[in-house]
Amino acid sequence: MVLVWLIVILMGAGLLAWMAGRYNAMWPRFIALVALLVGFFMSIGLWITGTPTIEAGNGGEWIQHFQSDWIPRFGIQFHLAMDGLSLMLVILTMFLGLIAVLASWKEITHRTGFFHFNLLWVLAGITGVFLAMDLFLFYFFWEVMLIPMYFLIGIWGHEKRIDASYKFFIFTQAGGLLMFISILALYFIHGDATGNYTYNYLVIAENFPGTRAAPWIMAGFLIAFLIKLPAVPVHSWLPAAHTQAPTAGSVILAGLLLKTGAYGLFRFIIPLFPEASEAFAPAAMILGIIGIMYGAKLAYAQTDLKRLVAYTSISHMGFILIGIYSFNSLAFQGAFMQVIAHGISTGALFMIAGAIQDRLHTRDLNKMGGLWSIAPRMGGVTLVFVLASLGLPGMGNFVAEFMTLVGAFQVYPVYTIIAAMGLIVYAIYALYIMQKVFFGRKPEAVKMKDFSVREMIMGLSMAAIIIWLGFFPNNVLRTSQPTIDKMQENIREYRQTKELGGIKAFKPDHESEAGIQLTKKSE
Amino acid sequence: MINISLETGLLLAGILFFMGFLGVMVRRNVIFMLMSVEVMLNAAGIAFVMAGSHWHQPDGQVMFIFILTMAAAEVSVGLAILLQLHKHYKSLDADAANKMKG
Amino acid sequence: MMDWLWTIPALPFAGFLILALFGKQLSRKVVAWTGSLSTGLSALITIIVGISFLTNPPGGHVFKQILWSWIEVGSFSPEITLYLDSLSLVFMFVITFVGFLIHLYSTGFMVEEEGYARFFSYMNLFVGSMLLLVMAGNLVFLYLGWEAVGLCSYLLIGFWYKNPDNGYAARKAFIVTRIGDTLMAIGLFLLFDQFGTLQIQEILTRFPAEVAEGSPFAVATAIMLLGGAVGKSAQLPLQVWLPDAMAGPSPVSALIHAATMVTAGVYLIARTFVIFQMAPVAQTIVAIVGAVTLLLAGFSALTQRDIKRVLAYSTISQIGYMFLALGVGAWSAAVFHFMTHAFFKALLFLGAGVVIMHLHHEHNMFKMGGLRKSMPFTFWVFLIGSASLAALPLITAGFYSKDIILWYAWAAEGSHELFWLAGILGSLLTAVYTSRMVFITFFGEIKTEPHGKTALSIKIPLIVLAVLSLIGGFINFPGNFGDMQWLSGFLANNLPEAHAAVHDKGIETLFQVISAVLVLLGIYLAYLLYLKRNVDEQFSKKGIYHYWFSGWGFDYVYEVLVIKPVVWLSKIDEHDFIEYFYTGIARFHMFWHVLFSKLQTGKIRWYAMGIATGAIVAIIVLVFS
Repeated sequence: MVLVWLIVILMGAGLLAWMAGRYNAMWPRFIALVALLVGFFMSIGLWITGTPTIEAGNGGEWIQHFQSDWIPRFGIQFHLAMDGLSLMLVILTMFLGLIAVLASWKEITHRTGFFHFNLLWVLAGITGVFLAMDLFLFYFFWEVMLIPMYFLIGIWGHEKRIDASYKFFIFTQAGGLLMFISILALYFIHGDATGNYTYNYLVIAENFPGTRAAPWIMAGFLIAFLIKLPAVPVHSWLPAAHTQAPTAGSVILAGLLLKTGAYGLFRFIIPLFPEASEAFAPAAMILGIIGIMYGAKLAYAQTDLKRLVAYTSISHMGFILIGIYSFNSLAFQGAFMQVIAHGISTGALFMIAGAIQDRLHTRDLNKMGGLWSIAPRMGGVTLVFVLASLGLPGMGNFVAEFMTLVGAFQVYPVYTIIAAMGLIVYAIYALYIMQKVFFGRKPEAVKMKDFSVREMIMGLSMAAIIIWLGFFPNNVLRTSQPTIDKMQENIREYRQTKELGGIKAFKPDHESEAGIQLTKKSE
Repeated sequence: MINISLETGLLLAGILFFMGFLGVMVRRNVIFMLMSVEVMLNAAGIAFVMAGSHWHQPDGQVMFIFILTMAAAEVSVGLAILLQLHKHYKSLDADAANKMKG
Repeated sequence: MMDWLWTIPALPFAGFLILALFGKQLSRKVVAWTGSLSTGLSALITIIVGISFLTNPPGGHVFKQILWSWIEVGSFSPEITLYLDSLSLVFMFVITFVGFLIHLYSTGFMVEEEGYARFFSYMNLFVGSMLLLVMAGNLVFLYLGWEAVGLCSYLLIGFWYKNPDNGYAARKAFIVTRIGDTLMAIGLFLLFDQFGTLQIQEILTRFPAEVAEGSPFAVATAIMLLGGAVGKSAQLPLQVWLPDAMAGPSPVSALIHAATMVTAGVYLIARTFVIFQMAPVAQTIVAIVGAVTLLLAGFSALTQRDIKRVLAYSTISQIGYMFLALGVGAWSAAVFHFMTHAFFKALLFLGAGVVIMHLHHEHNMFKMGGLRKSMPFTFWVFLIGSASLAALPLITAGFYSKDIILWYAWAAEGSHELFWLAGILGSLLTAVYTSRMVFITFFGEIKTEPHGKTALSIKIPLIVLAVLSLIGGFINFPGNFGDMQWLSGFLANNLPEAHAAVHDKGIETLFQVISAVLVLLGIYLAYLLYLKRNVDEQFSKKGIYHYWFSGWGFDYVYEVLVIKPVVWLSKIDEHDFIEYFYTGIARFHMFWHVLFSKLQTGKIRWYAMGIATGAIVAIIVLVFS
């Protein structure tokens, strides 16, 4: 039930904020803040107390679980479940949500009610995506996070916001529809074969046969997730959207929306389509490398601060692709760590970029310089995240990238060496940011205030987390380990059956029914 | 009673209809356009009446009454639009209202 | 006492944290105390730990302290482990002790600069990171220190951030060393792939058993590690960053050149010596790199006009000697030279800093001159440092450490006469450029009048370092002096001893005489060339002189081969050509949209016409079909 509350609180607070916004511009901010604090502490509480003891269907070991009928006629259920993977992502969502609210505290002044409604609904959608275990419900939340984001960019964005919001919407929607077709295909193929027409992911994952259609079905999911991630040829929406979105929008886009793509790869692509994924792996490696190199190269060429950071996101997401398609637990964990660490570090960079734009009314790097002399606190905080972005050891990003590379090296040494070269390029663009913004000569006309207390709280808390992740990543890794182990086990199982020459056979219907019964593990 | 052949009547209806149509196409003044539409409607009415008397059926006249009521409704809406048009554009030129231009 | 090991790196880090977070609020005095006390205490604890290590050596001459498990995924489980053996102890001593002296010096030297707290926080971080590097028990943790050192060099070289040139030099340092770091990371991937662990000692013990000598794996791994070492230690071909690193304040240069950073490569190779032993090809490459670098840098040092650049090239050259020693298997000789080099190079940089400070930040030697009389104290300590750098026989530390290297360059198994020749030529060059620097700066006529007084906090470190530059060599006498190799003996607990193929004490003495004569000859040559005549003025723009002056044109080559293409590539594709594809799709639809929207005239009669035409067409189709 906690899981439902997590979503309901956000949605309810969103509606409330909208109403309250008609009377006072301040109320929505507080409502959003309180709601997110509640959500944050609830999820932290789950992290501390929750133990992975619940078994649901094809397993993984679940910390929380909720299941009830939604549209029984079509086998659609309201089915949420949380394992270590989704738990960490939900915490990240709540945390970055807090940052987003705080970042827009002063920045958003008109229509605050509707703004916070959209903000909270995006977050609710994202939370739902991370928790949904029913494919239809997953698609539903996928759309829920899309539309408010469209408004956030389109209404509160910068000068070219309309173009950017269209681009964002069209790209994501195109991917989403392909995914929906794939979901329907899964539904019917599974239903025809077993007679059990259901969208229940756990049941389908247990019984889905390696049909000849599998690569095509995977393609539908894959395109949606690759667009969200984004991987290189379909990344085009990202720079526009990140650049034009308001600060909160950029933080959520970079920190969370991109991560839904990675989550999708973890949750759906690999477990559902092991065979097709394995066939796709070399291509994914190449996509990842292209993403790393090309993204970094583009980042270096930019003169717009937010656009630069946006391209770095593309580059870092390449590591996630490489990690996931290496099929070993070290690389999986590395990719997962990258999701968390990159979410925070890039969220922070966008927060800073937004703060600078708010003060200087420009994002043009050539109009900045020497800001350290007037804003040392901002400079110090920026330095931390710039270093995180270039993968300095002691930061979470290093742990992520290093683990990914070590893991991937065991499978694809050549690709990994090329990917490692990305680390050099990262240094180039990251230091370029510092030089252009904070070092060098300060233009006479430039005047601005240093970070306020509110901004320092945001900056330092994120810096503390990123460094904590860099030195004590085990806390996070242990949480996600059972899920990763399960994935690993599935792959091993699949490989064994493949070696034996058989494809995964259907289990009789009653067995799968029994599979979804909730059972407390005997202790 | 003069006996008029069906062909003559339909010819008259056709000519009237064509004149009305031409009026709608050519006139720019909305009032004249409305009048032309009336002419077209009545042409259709004549066609109905002619056909009704030819086959000795009452349906033709029933349809004519129906057309009359419909024309009345159409004129009232048309005149309302006309008034609005005049209010907004200070003219009765139908081409003045081309806001929907692509 | 050993359990206090963790405080040695922790103290500088604590200093860094305090200064970074609250530096603005603290007074200069408190900042100075915090900054230097943290390293000072750390040095003190190092000495105490060292004494207890010497008097009461732990089993296997190794002490390990596991702090916490860092990353744990399957077999990949690097820990935060501190590892103490004789090798790391020597490094720790030099880092903390010389580091402390440099901090002390900086309290006086930087007193008028803004960003005082920032400076000390970075310095503390630098010392702390370097300590992690040499104390790390596994390669990932070592890599952490390794990269953090690079970061600190970046921050400190660019300390005076308002000048974009300094920023450029700082980024150059970071990015060039990052290239090496990445190679090293690839080496780590290889090692993990093979051994399933990155514990240094485990790898070193298992390596000979599991990997064939000279196998491609061994060579590849060694080369990758060498890549990392070459980057950090400014050896060929990644040496280009070090001369530009002079943009930072003088104490920073002292720290980078003497105690931290550039010696990291030497440490890495000495630490992973087994891998290099198992890959003789790679080890020979190490020696070649060292020999070539020491010569190239020596020639470049000969032509510099900036006093700090002379010292920078001399560092590259001296590290070349260390690499040469490592390459011929004289592990402890390299460490010995590292130690004496730390003393005299720190002394020289700090002395040069005093000169520069009193001459209104003048770096150009040719605008100095005659300072012997007006700055006698500085002159004498600088002279001692120079003598040690030039390896003046018998009385200086530099002589003893360099002599061992030269001897093994000749005598070690697997060495080559050419290595010795390079070394001996290098020592002639060293003598010439060092004397040139001293003559031009301190002799001749006075060109700029110095101002100001030297504070006590500046003098004390100089005196201590001067003493060490003289007597520091006495802990390890050459073999023909008798059985007095205390440092080598101590290091032999953890590093293999060098194997000499020649054991003739007579030849050893002969070689010592040769190098001593060459050094004296070099000083005389410098006297003739630079004090009697002014050779620099005649050749400054000509041919090979200019070529040497620009560091053999490496910068130019990299500019043309690497930087220009990268910049060009990023500029032509600033807007992402993939974007054109999507813009193309949009344009395509836009075209049809514009075309069709022409039909939408907004005229009611046009629409009526449309309806009529459509109706007529429909009727015609119905009637005639």
